[in-house]
Amino acid sequence: MNETSSAPGLGPAVLEETLPAGCHFSLVVRRGYTLRLTDLKGGANVGLLVFNQDEKSERYNMADTLKAQHVSRLAQSLVLYSDMGRVMMSMTHDDCGWHDTICGTTDAAMIAAQYGELDFQTARNDYRRNGRDGFLHELGRWGLSRRDLVANVNLFSRVVVEDDGSMVFVEDNSPPGSTVDLRAELNCLVVMTSAPHPLAPGSTYPTGEVALSVHWTGPAAADDPCRHSRPENERGFRNSEAWFAQPAGGIRA
Amino acid sequence: MTDLRMISSTTIRAGAPFLARVEAGQRCRIVDTLGNEAVDAFFFNADHPIERYSAVDTIRAQRNVYLTTGSTLLSTENRPMLTIVADTVGRHDTLGGACASESNTVRYAHEKKFMHSCRDNFLLALLSERDDLTKRDIGSNVNFFMNVPVTPEGGLSFADGISGPGQYVEMVANMNVLVLISNCPQLNNPCSGFDPTPVEFIVYEAA
Repeated sequence: MNETSSAPGLGPAVLEETLPAGCHFSLVVRRGYTLRLTDLKGGANVGLLVFNQDEKSERYNMADTLKAQHVSRLAQSLVLYSDMGRVMMSMTHDDCGWHDTICGTTDAAMIAAQYGELDFQTARNDYRRNGRDGFLHELGRWGLSRRDLVANVNLFSRVVVEDDGSMVFVEDNSPPGSTVDLRAELNCLVVMTSAPHPLAPGSTYPTGEVALSVHWTGPAAADDPCRHSRPENERGFRNSEAWFAQPAGGIRA
Repeated sequence: MTDLRMISSTTIRAGAPFLARVEAGQRCRIVDTLGNEAVDAFFFNADHPIERYSAVDTIRAQRNVYLTTGSTLLSTENRPMLTIVADTVGRHDTLGGACASESNTVRYAHEKKFMHSCRDNFLLALLSERDDLTKRDIGSNVNFFMNVPVTPEGGLSFADGISGPGQYVEMVANMNVLVLISNCPQLNNPCSGFDPTPVEFIVYEAA
């Protein structure tokens, strides 16, 4: 593990991948497995959407995540809620202290305005991709569509809301080696784009990399810190566990 | 000031759903008749409803999480849907989402599961009147008259309302829109003052 991270060892990885900046990827992380993301060069942004692989109309819900935990951002010991009252993923480790939930992603016009347009014909695979297209590329692979493109998490990025409501992007939230662990509490389809954060300053398109790995860690134990970080979360975990009360799952909260 | 003619006025009873079409150029006013009500509202492009309201694109574009006069509600395609042209309250929420049976079990208690909720209103309004719109088409909504302060430390809470009797918000439609409303039936937090009441939905056009 990188010296700037205090992340715990997780045992052998069952899957490993390196995601270059601007690209897109998706995978299923089954209940009890942990997805580890490490920002290898610093300053990364990973837009993230999560769906219940067993019932893909159930998906990560920004508002339910925020109001259940009385927060506007994610950090260690907080969790990602679905729209159906279940904990989807738990942030069991985090080196950054803040992951944005309220800014959405970039589209082609935003990337062109900030960084200049650079298409495939000109730049081959160094063309400047945007977050929206990245999400659509991945959603389409799993039979999903624009209808499923909702407010995403932006891992590794920090946007502070001042008292008057104004939104300020904070640089250097993620030094090289910063690690975040997301443990799946449902069978989770995780859809990602590593395009820049929509409020990131500067005109240089990023060139970093994010290491991804999946490890068996087991689902949340009875004394798990995420389960007990809020009384609401104790009930959210109960709802997740009820999904698996029958071997093939399926109950609403 | 443009002369306006009222073309409809509808009372939305406490806890009731509502779905209406507003044409581009028309104005719609939502009146918090008795005060301290929460009006959960969501919007679709009436002609192509896969395009819908986007809370995160709206607040990111204006660099502010609160909605008030001058705020333009953007779609999932980053296009203007409606613009707020009058607001006697001062700010409205778009981060708190709609209440649901499921989130009520998390936020309050499993015993709250069978209480009425905004999700039930949204689903009933869509599924009883439309064959093309389902839960997948519902994103994060606007909560008119609701007070959800966000702190620089990353906190968020549902606080006592700052609206009062007769307060209103008025929008001009930038495209033909479907307006989906749940007059919030929540009894477990102060968003409706623990006493949901009727609101008025009024549509105007240029005289």
